[in-house]
Amino acid sequence: MDVIDRLIINELQGGFPVCERPYAEVADRLGIGEDDLIGRLQKLLDAGLLSRFGPMYHAERLGGALTLAALRVPAAEYESIAALVNAHPEVAHNYARDHDLNMWFVLATETPEGIAAVIAEIERETGLQVFNMPKREEFFVGLRFELSAEPDDRPRLKSQAALR
Amino acid sequence: MDMSQPTFTQNPSNANDADQRLIAAIQGGLPLSARPYAEIGAGIGLSEAEVIARIADLHAKGTIKRLGVVVRHHELGYSANAMVVWDVPDNRVAALGHCLGGFDFVTLCYRRPRRLPDWPYNLFCMIHGKDRQAVLDQVEFMVTRCDLQDIPRHVLFSKRRFKQRGAVYRPQAADCIP
Repeated sequence: MDVIDRLIINELQGGFPVCERPYAEVADRLGIGEDDLIGRLQKLLDAGLLSRFGPMYHAERLGGALTLAALRVPAAEYESIAALVNAHPEVAHNYARDHDLNMWFVLATETPEGIAAVIAEIERETGLQVFNMPKREEFFVGLRFELSAEPDDRPRLKSQAALR
Repeated sequence: MDMSQPTFTQNPSNANDADQRLIAAIQGGLPLSARPYAEIGAGIGLSEAEVIARIADLHAKGTIKRLGVVVRHHELGYSANAMVVWDVPDNRVAALGHCLGGFDFVTLCYRRPRRLPDWPYNLFCMIHGKDRQAVLDQVEFMVTRCDLQDIPRHVLFSKRRFKQRGAVYRPQAADCIP
């Protein structure tokens, strides 16, 4: 990944043009050719540095529901409980984390009622209490991951222009 | 962290049929061709202009939050991700939430309910860093800049990732019961 790839990743994290030739427009901004941009994007996707190039949807606006939930899983049962939880298609992510509440998963359902239904199922199957923590207020969902052109590990504030 | 998204088979109240076909058609990604919206339209029976107009509308309404690349942090060398949680007095949550959201290494920041006595934290943010120490340094930076010295906090690094999948949207066929 070179400097131009980094610029592409930064440039394309939001605001992809919705017009007849969007890649040409972005390529113009970056000072590269349209074919070059498309080729580089394909390579970045193939290399697994990007998981997708497309829309990020607002689940609730599409009628669905999302929540974050946690379990306190006894160490000896961790693998078997993970298998039970992951068997539910509504479980989108599942991470082990460092805390007494050591299994954290995201539930995504087609309807808001679905969340309670899946939680009830998981509690029944595992015998554990599910701690449901839906978002109540959103302060920042920038989802921007700025890559610097050169290694720069110092933390910094987003520029005013980037703040929502 | 990629955002997980639900599976939809029908949603008549929020989107008409053409929007649903469009939502399903582009969920996996935009075509990498010179006229991607024309290509999308050809696959679902909409003109290029209509695809453009509908995507712009969905974006304006907030149904599409963003159109762009989804970065894989781990593969880009940001191997430490941490959920940093804070027990903030309710009357200070908004101010602190906005402060925390201002850092470029913070990708998400939400208020969530406490679950006492097991879980006293009500402000959650996700941060990504090159490694564990970088994340801890970032947390110290946030504490200093947002004046959080008196706020109980915990940094939960992720250990194993057990599952991760993307979204699947299925447009409803006319009389199909999912």
